Amino acid sequence: MTRLANLFRELRSYPSAVAGVSVIVIMVIIAIYAMVTIPYSEAVRLWRGGDNVWLETPRNARPAWINNFRREKLPESIIMKTTEDPSLKTVMDLGGGLATSDMLFEFDYYYDAFPSEISMFFTAQFKSARPNVSIKWVTPDGREIRLTDLTVRQSESYRISQDSAVSRRLGGVLPEKGLFADPNDPSKVNKGTYQVVVEGLVFEEGSTLDGSLIVYGQVHGLAGTDHRRRDIMVALLWGTPVALAFGLLAAVGSSLTTMTLAAAAVWFGGWIDYAIRRINEIVMILPLLPILIMVGLFYSRSIWAILGVVILLSIFGSGILTYRSMFLQVKQSGYIEAARAYGASNARIIFRYMVPKVIPVLIPQFVAQVPNYVFLEATLAVLGLGDPVLPTWGKLLNDAYTSGALFNGHYYWVLEPAFLLVVTGLGFAMLGFALDRIFNPRLRGL
Amino acid sequence: MSKIETTADRAVPARRSASGTFARIARYTLVRGLTLVITVIIGVYLAILIANGGGYVDKIREGQIREQISLSIAGNEALRDMTMQERREYEQNLVAIELSRRGLDQPFMVRSFRYLWNGLTLDLGSAEYLLSDSGSRQVRSILGERLGPTLLLMATGQLLLFFTSVFFALFLSRRYGSVIDRIVVAMAPTSAAPAWFYGIFLILIFAGLLGWLPFGGMVDAPPPPSPWLRALSVIKHLVLPVGAIVISSIFYTSYYWRTFFLIYSSEDYVDMAKAKGLPSGAIERRYVLRPTLPTIVTSFALTLIGLWTGAIVLETVFGWPGIGRLTQMAINLFDTPVIVGTVVIYAYLLALTVFLLDIVYAIVDPRVKLGGGERRS
Repeated sequence: MTRLANLFRELRSYPSAVAGVSVIVIMVIIAIYAMVTIPYSEAVRLWRGGDNVWLETPRNARPAWINNFRREKLPESIIMKTTEDPSLKTVMDLGGGLATSDMLFEFDYYYDAFPSEISMFFTAQFKSARPNVSIKWVTPDGREIRLTDLTVRQSESYRISQDSAVSRRLGGVLPEKGLFADPNDPSKVNKGTYQVVVEGLVFEEGSTLDGSLIVYGQVHGLAGTDHRRRDIMVALLWGTPVALAFGLLAAVGSSLTTMTLAAAAVWFGGWIDYAIRRINEIVMILPLLPILIMVGLFYSRSIWAILGVVILLSIFGSGILTYRSMFLQVKQSGYIEAARAYGASNARIIFRYMVPKVIPVLIPQFVAQVPNYVFLEATLAVLGLGDPVLPTWGKLLNDAYTSGALFNGHYYWVLEPAFLLVVTGLGFAMLGFALDRIFNPRLRGL
Repeated sequence: MSKIETTADRAVPARRSASGTFARIARYTLVRGLTLVITVIIGVYLAILIANGGGYVDKIREGQIREQISLSIAGNEALRDMTMQERREYEQNLVAIELSRRGLDQPFMVRSFRYLWNGLTLDLGSAEYLLSDSGSRQVRSILGERLGPTLLLMATGQLLLFFTSVFFALFLSRRYGSVIDRIVVAMAPTSAAPAWFYGIFLILIFAGLLGWLPFGGMVDAPPPPSPWLRALSVIKHLVLPVGAIVISSIFYTSYYWRTFFLIYSSEDYVDMAKAKGLPSGAIERRYVLRPTLPTIVTSFALTLIGLWTGAIVLETVFGWPGIGRLTQMAINLFDTPVIVGTVVIYAYLLALTVFLLDIVYAIVDPRVKLGGGERRS
């Protein structure tokens, strides 16, 4: 206990260790927060749920806080629903089952950029006669632009941005630009209060009509959205526990076994050393990444299956050679000879004399391995072999990479997961370096 | 104590029994070579087993063949008049022919040994989907085409990295505690991220924002006609990936080796050498570099091994037409011959590296006594 307390006291004198520990603590807090607020099944639903889950968020939107650093404000999404705000809808019974169901969507638009999309969604209940709607756009300066007439099915979506008739009427510009453009200067936004007027007509007793208008913005939430309208925040949050678990388990699992095996191999020599070296050579000749890719492709994409293979392969991986070469030198030391002379048992020599000698080298390597495995997960995901259900940082990078985020200028999409990867990696690495100096007295002054 | 003796006596026993040493080295080399051959065989066979997913991939391919053939029959006007029965027989027949053409009708165990032999003799057959740039289906020519770019990229990057960091580390160990030394120590944790990760940032900055260097690829499209311009264009495309390799590891390797040098320069025998009044260059060479050489050699060989497998993502990110990117493409297409081909090539390259490491290690570390004490103590 006192040793632990001493360790902490010493750690405090290294600024990099303090930084590293705080990063790790913050990451753990984020991980716990993610798992508590977004349960596993909810995270999977939000990430894999299909278009309905992501319907109301814009595509490729940047994070909302970006507006604080811009003079020209980018629009946020405007969502208006008659189901949530019944005052938007006025129903008037005309008798004989006939009724009007008018909707008025009125919103202020004072942003400096055009929205990314405009869509309307209708839901209707009827027996056989489908309700009718006629939709009109009113600009702040009072111009009226007829959009379309529709007969509404049970659920109908009208994508104004994709209506080529509207685009033609506006003189060939995209609807989301033309509808918001200043008539004097089409490259500027006409700021003010817009109205979307929907004149609805239902033909049956008990038939209802509801609608919603979504003006998709260019910014969304804290993290923005991806090409499928998914909120990147979900993956950023859930990537944290996945990355921490993967990195820690792989590093602990492989480094301890490797070291013990290497020590035993060197100490016993003979056929044990021979067998371990032969296995090591076979494993060395197996290219790790292609093997992992093949396992991911042919057997299981589950991150935990991959983790198992990683540990299995890295036990006999390159680390064992490094340790072996260290132990070979250790074995020649005089104090080992002395231990043998006084009749120490094999286990005692291995665990009390040989392993402690290389522990100083193990500690930084162990902590430095955590980021390696965190990045290995990202590497696999970048190759398209991420866990199929879990949202992770690597999968964000993969999505960004495959949809050409860098080329298209969606930098936030790459930078956010990359930032978290770097911070996590740096946290462990900095702690590792500080531990290195604490555990290794010879390094203390260095 | 023992260390002083070994470094000082190093040359003496070798001179005493030169022929005996040579015979031992020859025997050792032969034994190591043979074991490596067996290792390669086992490694390649394991790779083949994994690559075939225990026969699972064969089922996928059989399904694909069936689908293709039934589609081509359905679209064939000349076969319209056939009855259902006839058509089904015809289809079965075509499927059987196609299966035996690809050798899929034999049991997996038989095929796996055939794959193994073909793989080991580098008679890699023809790819199922991928083509080489010259249009060949031969796996050998596809791989041959890709080997050059990978070698160019990784050799440039890794050699640059290795030599800069060794000399940089020596430089740092000479003046430890200086500002530059502190900076390197502080920067060492940044090497936690792999090369492709830095590659993304380099692309973002130098290709995306500044537009100075290309996003990826190996030459401009279309390639410049004159060889000089073409070489220049390749160099331009090399800058970012090589930069990514160097940036990703330079700080850590320098820090690691500098620390090693420092530890060894605080040994008693170094103090003694200083007390003897040896010049600092000689101390560095004979008392610091010499005992750290095994570690440095090991670490360089491991870098070389990392060179081969590390290429996959880096090449994918940079669109570099090398083996790594080929591996990824082959895996996405389930092109087993190409996958096995790349694994065999990797296995041979890695085996060669290990073989060289063994020999060099035996030479540079006199304590690992050839054929003697080391194993039988």
